[in-house]
Amino acid sequence: MTTASNTQSTLVTKEGKSLKEAITQANKAARNRALLLVMPLLIFLILTFVMPIIYMLIQAASNEEIPNYLPNTVEAIASWDESQSANGLPDEAVYAAMHKDLVAGRENRTIGKAAGVINRSVPGTRGQLIKSAKKAKKMEPPFKEALIADNPKWAELPFWRFIQRESGAFTINYFLKAVDRAYDKEGNIVQAKESNRVYLKIFLRTIIMSILITGMCVLLAYPVAYLLSISSVKKANLLMILVLLPFWTSLLVRTSAWMVLLGQQGVINETLIAIGLIDDSSRLSLIYNATGTFIAMVHILLPFMILPLYSVMKTINPSYLRAATSMGSHPFRAWWKVYFPLTLPGMAAGVILVFILAIGYYITPALLGGAEGIFISNLIADNMKGTTANFKIAMALASILLIGVLLLYWVFNKLVGVDRLKFG
Amino acid sequence: MTTPTTVHGDKTDYLVRFENVQKSYDGDTLVVKNLNLNVAKGEFVTMLGPSGSGKTTCLMMLAGFEPATNGEIYLKDRPINDVPPHKRGIGMVFQNYALFPHMTVAENLGFPLETRKMAKSEVKEKVQRALDMVELSQFGGRRPAQLSGGQQQRVAVARALVFDPELVLMDEPLGALDKNLREQMQYEIKHLHEKLGLTVVYVTHDQTEALTMSNRIAVFDDGIIQQLASPEDLYEKPDNAFVAGFIGENNTLKGVVESVEGDNCTVDIDGTKVQALAVNIAGQGKPTTLSLRPERLYIRPEAGKCPNIVSGKVLEQIYLGDHIRIRFDLLGNDEFIVKVKNAPGSDHLTVGEMVDLGWETEDCRALDAS
Repeated sequence: MTTASNTQSTLVTKEGKSLKEAITQANKAARNRALLLVMPLLIFLILTFVMPIIYMLIQAASNEEIPNYLPNTVEAIASWDESQSANGLPDEAVYAAMHKDLVAGRENRTIGKAAGVINRSVPGTRGQLIKSAKKAKKMEPPFKEALIADNPKWAELPFWRFIQRESGAFTINYFLKAVDRAYDKEGNIVQAKESNRVYLKIFLRTIIMSILITGMCVLLAYPVAYLLSISSVKKANLLMILVLLPFWTSLLVRTSAWMVLLGQQGVINETLIAIGLIDDSSRLSLIYNATGTFIAMVHILLPFMILPLYSVMKTINPSYLRAATSMGSHPFRAWWKVYFPLTLPGMAAGVILVFILAIGYYITPALLGGAEGIFISNLIADNMKGTTANFKIAMALASILLIGVLLLYWVFNKLVGVDRLKFG
Repeated sequence: MTTPTTVHGDKTDYLVRFENVQKSYDGDTLVVKNLNLNVAKGEFVTMLGPSGSGKTTCLMMLAGFEPATNGEIYLKDRPINDVPPHKRGIGMVFQNYALFPHMTVAENLGFPLETRKMAKSEVKEKVQRALDMVELSQFGGRRPAQLSGGQQQRVAVARALVFDPELVLMDEPLGALDKNLREQMQYEIKHLHEKLGLTVVYVTHDQTEALTMSNRIAVFDDGIIQQLASPEDLYEKPDNAFVAGFIGENNTLKGVVESVEGDNCTVDIDGTKVQALAVNIAGQGKPTTLSLRPERLYIRPEAGKCPNIVSGKVLEQIYLGDHIRIRFDLLGNDEFIVKVKNAPGSDHLTVGEMVDLGWETEDCRALDAS
């Protein structure tokens, strides 16, 4: 078959045109029509999905402040090489450029902002910049000596290292922060101070919780999907409605329902006390912790596991199992060797659906997770609003999450093959 | 011609015995009413019948996938009602082959052997032998989906035979194949049966298939075996109107028994008297169905050649190459078919003309009224 088509690839039409070209031309109208049909959605997606993501990625890495506030210094410091000069300090040209920027900054009233940005990374430099800017106009060249004379801090290397590092249009500063890393005084990337380490822990928790939730969903969904697949149409439909019921209820309502159930004074605790299994002093903490997030998310994500499993199981011919047992295989072995492998495409689809949904989940961890049950999405949200907001860190966190998910998807594709998945 | 392998005497000669087996799914109706069937070792028995006649249910009870509601099934004199299917040691070929799609052909064939914890080298050897047997030696590494329907069919047969079961069940295995391939596979299965001395219980609704392959055929209808006989007997000597109608082409005439004379009887069909072989009649004055094979009728017989000569009107002629089918209106049946060999000297008839038809008394079987 393949060899036949290979030899035909050199065929030409009567007019001598290549056959492939002729086919392309003949199908052009149909292809254009199809393109026209998907165009509205395509435009919509580009505007509302692709562009914001690109914007986010750029924002997370872009660096406007230093190049904007100190344009001359940024230009001059590019050629500075610490190991080339005697005491490591930049030469006069850089100091002159800085002087120029200080004068300009004072006039434009931007020096305060620049000082703020630099001070965040190199503490104690705010005063140095603002005060020197005030006197800058009266300074005489050489500015290196003049500035150092004004404030000895101008001879400190970390400051210059910072300026040089952050002079490009892009920075990895926010990404470093998002994975609890920072520059030390020598400009090396090191772990952040213990008190500042938050994100990596939550990233890790998000991944572990998502794995646990996905695993639980597989365990719970498999028998349900199997039951669905072997039930009569009437029964299967009723069961399917029960499975889909959560989809038809608002996410918020469902989450609130779990609050009622799981709370300290909730239905579960009260019932357990009433039947004497626990006493009043040892109420279970099922909510505002990882347990609460786990229980509610398993419930919410379960249908995403059941549906692809069910759709695959429904297509498995029951005679496979009969054939296996007729050949002398114990029913369990028959199931394990024949039925189970055939459900893997559905299970893999369910796993990737649930895992990717779980890893970016926001509302349930926010409402039920308390302090130790929150996910990375909650930190992203925290960084986008309120007094402690740092939009850039939010963007960096979101970008890492996105890239991480894409990476997982790629690994998954390598391992399982996405074309083999059956979503429904 | 096949000779029926009827084994007489001791019950122990039979590999399979159904004794008074009944089956009901819902408790209201019996799908299998009262089945008594013996299958001798080395025999090819076909359960033939229309869909819903209970034949597949019988096979499933034998395989162990359906429990018998009542009665007992014996395999080599061992009652097997309580033996789970995987311990029965019966090979089975399924309707849609049931080849495991995630395994290669060789893995499919190796499955029953690995289940039996056979050594790897032995498995390999047996698999290769089975592949050779069905002439698929080069296909061990392929997936079932990469094979044609006929090849899949052969793999399914090989898989049912690879662990040397005493009994092989086949559930309409050729149903999904096209006509030519089906005929070819019929011969292949028949030859395997003869070569390996297999005992086969085969289920089909295709009478040609049953006639081609079987030693004996059990014709099922309505949960009952209507007749159990060799292919020749089934065609030549049907016991009742259902079998006569189900096996081969058949003309029926409805009448009333006027008198019985020994093996023969006289039947009155709206005033016309006809001589027939009394096979299955209720008695004098009772309605009966006469069965006449289309190829056993003579057109314009010489006077005195046949005991029965009746005139009929030619309604239609269909040219079929080796023979011609002529549709008559005879004694009130306007679907009366006569097959005439397309031989030199055959009469040519014209539509609308009245023609005498004649037949022998023993070719006209008086059966139940149905």
